[in-house]
Amino acid sequence: MSVLIYTEIAKGKVKKSSLEAVNYGSRIAAQLNTTATAVIVGDADLADLGKAGATKVLKLKNDKLTNFDGQYLTAAIEQVVSAEGATIIIFAHDFTGKEVAPRLAAKLKAGIVAGAVDNPTISGDSFTVKKNVFSGKAVATYSITSAKKIISLLPNSFPIELNGSAVEATDFAANLDTITSPIKVKEVKKVTTELNLPDAELVVSAGRGMKGPENWGMIEELAKELGAATACSRPVADMHWRPHHEHVGQTGVAIRPNLYFAIGISGAIQHLAGVNGSKTIVVINSDKEAPFFKSADYGIVGDAFEIVPKLIEAVKHFKANHN
Amino acid sequence: MKILVCISNVPDTTTKISFTNGDTTFNTAGVQFIINPYDEWYALVRALELKEAQGGNVTIIHVGAADSEATIRKGLAIGADDAVRIDAEPNDAFAVAELIAAYAKDKGFDLIMAGKETISYNGSMVGAMLSELLNLPFVSMATKLEITNNIATIEHDIDGGTEVVECPLPMVISANKGMAEARIPNMRGIMAARSKPLEIVAASASDKLTSITGFTLSKGRTDCKFIDASTPEKLIELLHTEAKAI
Ligand SMILES: Cc1cc2nc3c(=O)[nH]c(=O)nc-3n(C[C@H](O)[C@H](O)[C@H](O)COP(=O)(O)OP(=O)(O)OC[C@H]3O[C@@H](n4cnc5c(N)ncnc54)[C@H](O)[C@@H]3O)c2cc1C
Ligand SMILES: Nc1ncnc2c1ncn2[C@@H]1O[C@H](COP(=O)(O)O)[C@@H](O)[C@H]1O
Repeated sequence: MSVLIYTEIAKGKVKKSSLEAVNYGSRIAAQLNTTATAVIVGDADLADLGKAGATKVLKLKNDKLTNFDGQYLTAAIEQVVSAEGATIIIFAHDFTGKEVAPRLAAKLKAGIVAGAVDNPTISGDSFTVKKNVFSGKAVATYSITSAKKIISLLPNSFPIELNGSAVEATDFAANLDTITSPIKVKEVKKVTTELNLPDAELVVSAGRGMKGPENWGMIEELAKELGAATACSRPVADMHWRPHHEHVGQTGVAIRPNLYFAIGISGAIQHLAGVNGSKTIVVINSDKEAPFFKSADYGIVGDAFEIVPKLIEAVKHFKANHN
Repeated sequence: MKILVCISNVPDTTTKISFTNGDTTFNTAGVQFIINPYDEWYALVRALELKEAQGGNVTIIHVGAADSEATIRKGLAIGADDAVRIDAEPNDAFAVAELIAAYAKDKGFDLIMAGKETISYNGSMVGAMLSELLNLPFVSMATKLEITNNIATIEHDIDGGTEVVECPLPMVISANKGMAEARIPNMRGIMAARSKPLEIVAASASDKLTSITGFTLSKGRTDCKFIDASTPEKLIELLHTEAKAI
């Protein structure tokens, strides 16, 4: 028995959501008195994996894993599960986790909870895990009844503690000779913005209240001053004022940053569904009856065109005083 | 081309949520159910467009009890040719995938489509599981889909960007926003839906690996602190000292 945590590298570093998963998995491993094995593909500084709690690090080796293909990656992780005798497998609930965790679950006949937001309660063989359901209106407690268990962790649900010590990585050669994926990659288009919206700690988002794409300069500037990613409501993406990958909400990206600024967004439930997990929500709206104020921690009633420039100045001033 | 579209039945997002049986059961009384938007707007509509352009047949499949038939009829009204309901409570993703896989395995579908996730439980699991159970290639979060000479060209979301891939049919795809535009059923469609075939299939054996033991309603944010529009710098101060967000 052991706990396995699948982790990833992005921009030369172990992803934050992966470190959260390692933290989470290591706590389960400690409770069960077993190893917390982090599994990773690719080269980077892996010291953080140990600091986040991994007691063993395996580096997956196979040329077929160079580019993401769910079929290869699932097969490779299955081999590690069997070599390590892992019974609990943890993923981050990101793009990879959403594809690979359920595939692995089907292969292993493992019960899976996707998008967990809390530490599991473990008693004997019984595992219960909480996740948000119905657009964040409720939390459901799941019991996983199978012998092997998979949990994918909603990003930004836990603060990361890095108080473990670094562990040397060992290579794990996956054997994928018998598998040939029929999927051919023709083109990869990486979003060029520095901040990946789902991983961002701070997000500045704006809606139809901004009147037109030509007015986004101040939104981008506020985001830049704060070091935040930009997002938008759905109509804004539908009207092509902003790119589709910025659209947050029920049909867009679900995010849960530490701070979410909603500027000129009314606060429709479908929008809230993707953002109401944010730790602190600030709403700026000219209509004091805007529904978003009911889901906000801080609000300013007023014209965004007047307030945002003042906020930019205030942030600059704040930065000057705190550096 | 034979296309199978997996349809789930979800409460409309604006619905007020409550629970019964000591907070263990979702209370469906008075709840407006809709087809999961990813299944309807993107998967089903794109399937219909492909059929209209190239010929073929679009079947919708749903795992659920008899009370979800209104949802299935709506799928037929939008234009699916026929429908299948597997008669079982859909309370575990793996069990749902097993039931759909058992039905689909010898029917010769060229393309099986699911939504990216249900908006109620946000599992994002059934499509991926189906591909494993049926041993078919899988592309998740597709935002564009073209099919020529039995080869699918798919644009899909990946970590930090998008990717264009090619894959020969048959395969499984999960649909994300962008694949198609929503269609509203017209009167003719609604009339025609009444007489389209809806096959009810008894549930085969399936494995339930998880169960929900209870629900709690989330506490909303109760008091918004208002800052006067003339002093927005106060907000920045509070975000630092009080919320510790910057
Ligand atoms: C099934 C379904 C799924 C959906 N999914 C999503 C989703 O994923 N994401 C999403 O965002 N929406 C989604 N929607 C749409 C959603 O219902 C709302 O229509 C949408 O969120 C409204 O966008 P908005 O707030 O930008 O625009 P509006 O509703 O038009 O609101 C604009 C706001 O700006 C304010 N305003 C105007 N001028 C100013 C000013 N000068 N200064 C400050 N404030 C100003 C107004 O008071 C108003 O509150 C979905 C809808 C459906 C039916
Ligand atoms: N009960 C069901 N019947 C048919 N298809 C379903 C059912 N539940 C989920 N699906 C399909 O699987 C997709 C992903 O669902 P989930 O994994 O539950 O988030 C949905 O968008 C549907 O296409």
